[in-house]
Amino acid sequence: MATKMKSTILSMSLVLLVIASLSSGLLAYVYSLTKDAIDLANKQKKIEALTQVMPEFYNSPIDEAYKIASDGDSLNCYLGKDANGEVIGIAIETYTDKAFSGKFTVMVGLQPDGVIYNTIMLEHQETPGLGDKAEKNKSDWSNQYNGKNPSTNNIAVTKDGGEIDGITAATISSRAYSDAVQRAYNAYMNEVKPNLGL
Amino acid sequence: MSNTNKLSILTKGFLKENAVFVMLLGMCPALGTTTSAVNGMGMGLATMFVLVMSNIVVSLIKNLIPDKVRIPSYIVIIATFVTIVDLSMHAYIPSLYKALGLFIPLIVVNCVVLGRAEAFASKNNVLDSILDGLGMGLGFTLALVILGGVREILGSGSIFGIDLHIFPGDGMLVFVLAPGAFIALGYIIAITNKINKKFQKA
Repeated sequence: MATKMKSTILSMSLVLLVIASLSSGLLAYVYSLTKDAIDLANKQKKIEALTQVMPEFYNSPIDEAYKIASDGDSLNCYLGKDANGEVIGIAIETYTDKAFSGKFTVMVGLQPDGVIYNTIMLEHQETPGLGDKAEKNKSDWSNQYNGKNPSTNNIAVTKDGGEIDGITAATISSRAYSDAVQRAYNAYMNEVKPNLGL
Repeated sequence: MSNTNKLSILTKGFLKENAVFVMLLGMCPALGTTTSAVNGMGMGLATMFVLVMSNIVVSLIKNLIPDKVRIPSYIVIIATFVTIVDLSMHAYIPSLYKALGLFIPLIVVNCVVLGRAEAFASKNNVLDSILDGLGMGLGFTLALVILGGVREILGSGSIFGIDLHIFPGDGMLVFVLAPGAFIALGYIIAITNKINKKFQKA
């Protein structure tokens, strides 16, 4: 058996240098291998969310996405168009920082007149079993927003005098969801609708 | 080394030296990711991959690493494999990545992995180190699946996502939340101790 390498300044720095360079080389290689697949997975996730929150569209909303201003921040906005190029749905990637833990992002789909078509939770860190019921695959709670127009319907939770029944034991998450939807609606009314000429 | 010895290297991680239930290592991922059996299994398998790979590399180059810098060297090796798992999982199993994403980078600081590199791989040959990594990794996976399974059954009334219809409502929420993780873990550790004691007497 070979004897163990002695710990001298030279041997220690050399060994660390070699290990670090080898692993960064390996990681660069793996990164280049997986980069396309990761981009594709992210894009797929977004397309999936978009098809759920808008009527069937014939364009590629992701490639035509643009940013809109909202309360000193900006949101991603996607337009769904029918075969004639008419805008039939608007998806806005909105967020709230009033959530129970961290902030969460919601994709809100609106009809051109401002009525909510569908909403879907994208990313969140809400409590499993409680706040995560806002997710579509956990419960159909978030369907309550569909068909409501925030200008005539109050989309706050019932505890705040609105029309949305909060999730049991997760009022903060429900409030935050309403906040996110409202933010998307406001941004649409102020920034998108005037420019669409509808 | 005889064959019975090889077998014991592989199997000691299942019960006798189970990383979670007996040595109480790797508590953070064990408690954090086990809200369901599937999550536990994903985390366990990811950890096992890192464990086997880092054990192989460490045992291959153990004589080239000067003693004083062995810990940083091991950490760099482990971190490399963790990042590989992180990237590949994100690329090819996005649904699992969504559930575990936050905890994957934390495998780097899982003391099970560094512990096996330091305590086993740096003193043994490659084959034994692979067996050790596999055994410890399987034991870790087993522990996470049991813990995740118990919490899923009691907390959501389902197992591996299949509804068992044993509760009228949603199940006992506390088991999905953090306190339930500790309660379930405590009972499982007690049972493991009981079984291990019986084996020692026999």
